[in-house]
Amino acid sequence: MSKISVEKDLKAIVFQLRNEEYGVEVDQVRSIERLQHITRVPRSPEFVKGVINLRGVVTPIIDLRSRFGMEAQEYTDTSRVIIVSIEDMNVGLVVDGANDVIDVPIEAIEAPPEVVGGIEADYIRGIAKLDKRLLIILNLDKVLRTDEIKEMENLEANT
Amino acid sequence: MDKSQYLDMFIDESKEHLQAINDNLLLLEKNPSEENIINEIFRSAHTLKGMSATMGFSDLANLTHQMENVLDGIRNEIIMASSELIDMVFESVDYLEAMIQDIADGGNGQKNVTEIVKKLEMLEKGSFEETSTTIEIINQMEITDYDDFEQTVLSQSREQGFNAYYVSISLREDCILKAARVYMVFEVLEQIGEVIKSVPSVEELEEESFDFDFSVTLITKEAESDVKGKVLKVSEIESVSIQELTMEKGKRSSKESNQPQKSVTTEEDVNPSLPVEEKGDTTTSSQIKNGTSSKTIRVNIERLDSLMNLFEELVIDRGRLEQISSELKDNDLTETVEHMSRISSDLQSIILTMRMVPVDHVFNRFPRMVRGLAKELNKMVDLEIVGASTELDRTVIDEIGDPLVHLLRNSIDHGIESCDIRKREGKSEIGKITLKAYHSGNHVFIEVSDDGAGINRQKVMDKAINNGIIHRETAATLTDQEVDELLFSSGFSTAEEISDISGRGVGLDVVKNKIESLGGSVSVFSNPGEGTTFSIQLPLTLSIISAMLVEVQDEIYALPLSSIIETAIIKEEDILSAHNQKVIDFRGSVVPVIDLTEFFQVPVSKEQSEYYSVVVVRKSDKMAALVVNSFIGQQEIVLKSLGNYLTSTFAISGATILGNGEVALIIDCNAFIK
Repeated sequence: MSKISVEKDLKAIVFQLRNEEYGVEVDQVRSIERLQHITRVPRSPEFVKGVINLRGVVTPIIDLRSRFGMEAQEYTDTSRVIIVSIEDMNVGLVVDGANDVIDVPIEAIEAPPEVVGGIEADYIRGIAKLDKRLLIILNLDKVLRTDEIKEMENLEANT
Repeated sequence: MDKSQYLDMFIDESKEHLQAINDNLLLLEKNPSEENIINEIFRSAHTLKGMSATMGFSDLANLTHQMENVLDGIRNEIIMASSELIDMVFESVDYLEAMIQDIADGGNGQKNVTEIVKKLEMLEKGSFEETSTTIEIINQMEITDYDDFEQTVLSQSREQGFNAYYVSISLREDCILKAARVYMVFEVLEQIGEVIKSVPSVEELEEESFDFDFSVTLITKEAESDVKGKVLKVSEIESVSIQELTMEKGKRSSKESNQPQKSVTTEEDVNPSLPVEEKGDTTTSSQIKNGTSSKTIRVNIERLDSLMNLFEELVIDRGRLEQISSELKDNDLTETVEHMSRISSDLQSIILTMRMVPVDHVFNRFPRMVRGLAKELNKMVDLEIVGASTELDRTVIDEIGDPLVHLLRNSIDHGIESCDIRKREGKSEIGKITLKAYHSGNHVFIEVSDDGAGINRQKVMDKAINNGIIHRETAATLTDQEVDELLFSSGFSTAEEISDISGRGVGLDVVKNKIESLGGSVSVFSNPGEGTTFSIQLPLTLSIISAMLVEVQDEIYALPLSSIIETAIIKEEDILSAHNQKVIDFRGSVVPVIDLTEFFQVPVSKEQSEYYSVVVVRKSDKMAALVVNSFIGQQEIVLKSLGNYLTSTFAISGATILGNGEVALIIDCNAFIK
């Protein structure tokens, strides 16, 4: 996938993870919430933090740092939960901070760099260069793929 | 005209009419000469035809029309309502059902009906001469098709010297504003008399959902020719034909035309000195009529669901308020909150009952099915339905149809013996199947019992051994009950020959899975030679349940009350070890102990005292004791799903929202017991 076939500018919600900036398409974002009490769900994958009560809807929360294999960090006042919705699946993503919406010109988005043996690159739809900022555009479908969770569960069970 | 907004209503009503036809056909088969039943069927078929023609489903309308012709033949005693004929009509009803199902599924309701239409035509022609054209049949039929009320108006007006005319009006084919012309015609007619019926109905005429012909029934003092002349003055009218309605014609469709009815206002104006007794009579008879049709409104199930969702929110807030008021200890607040709690629990029961539907919705198609199956298998079976008015949650109702079909098929195929064997056994030739539904506690029970041969346990055991379900050694130790339960194991089928009715080896285990997925259970009781009973136990509702809240370290979990046997405090030394598994001796039986802290990997924050709080849960007759830190109490909780992302969480069946707004997980006790 070397070219992104969208004509208009891409409107993206910008969030931070470990000093890097990421973007998700604004259409896929339902809301941005402050952290609230998370109920742990036992025997679920490591990155699934649990579920929250989002205005009466029980919504699962995943920690993006741990999803991407980054080191964990205590949640702070700037930590946010981005509620995204894909194929009638609502999931909250815990990020270090989220405070910006920007228009990314399509031509500024480049294909993700090839990473040796990187599953991680799958999660990335492209990288946008904006002045001096680098914005990593996420491929949420891949991030939220449930079959991979099952694979990981199997791995955990085997080890 | 945009018909889509009427589509749902059309589908619902068509289904009702088809059901009515089905029911009445069964009755008709028992009393072939009962005129009322034929009339009922006829009425349903007629309405169905009208509706489908209006909605533009021509195949549906064609078939109904042909069916109507046959029914007309029966009604006029030209054709005999023989069993073959009823089979044929049933077959056409099947076609109609398939078409309506297709429409409901978003199809266009088209189906090749030529064959069945031909068969019906043959039936019809076989016994009486085909009337020349279809239109004539319709007209003829419509002339006679007045309801009791219209009959009465007709007869009364005639007594008062009015003439009744059947006026057929054709508009010119190039007529553009049909509705406007119709309106003008009606205006003319209403000046000279009273229009008591129009075909199509006035609404349909206003929506222009007719071709170019329509007909009205008019009561007037004017002469036939005057009426004709006045109507023809309206422009763009092609032709007008007028027939005088005679008393006999009007009477033909109903014997009860002498039944007094409330007359239309104009008529009371004409004759204000209507005898008082007659009026009194009128009210009673209309009351009796009303009694049979209860006052209901149709509500979309989605609206009920959203009402339920809103109410669930309210239940959550109620919990929160209760918590706040117990913390604040303010008298006024406590009182108000208590009152609100009472009202909301009343509200809860009302909303829950609103979602309740009588099991009749599922049961009503069974007599038909049983009849068909019994015929196919050359058995004589009588189906008795008890407690069809028992109510169940809509969501459950939608799901239990298939399992019940399975059980009924099973009973007819395997349970009931053939006529010869029954005679030899000294039983009545006609086998009896009872379908019974009743409430008990928080559950509804549905039983399917037959008076057939009962379960042949030896055969069941041999089969189970052959299919590798049990070992030969264990077989000898099984109790009768355990043998019977083998029927529910997967890959089991006792029918020696595989028939297409049941015995495909997928039967009863599927039933069991389905019922269990609904939170119910199924069991079987059998007496050899006397019959078999399958009993299904179902929860009343699926969305709000009673649960016990427990604390495991700092986390709160909910346990469905239905699976809890009791709670207990046990001493540490009472916990024994058997083959590396902790167990306790609970009322004489050895019960495995599961520590939830360990099981759910809960971060430990509390020290374990020497007393353990345990909740003893069960799944059928097996038990397990769950160790928790403390019991919080019993509460009504609202079941919420964990969403589509977390689909395979072990031992968690869902979540609920607590009074403080936090989420608590609901434990699936079945997961602990294998």
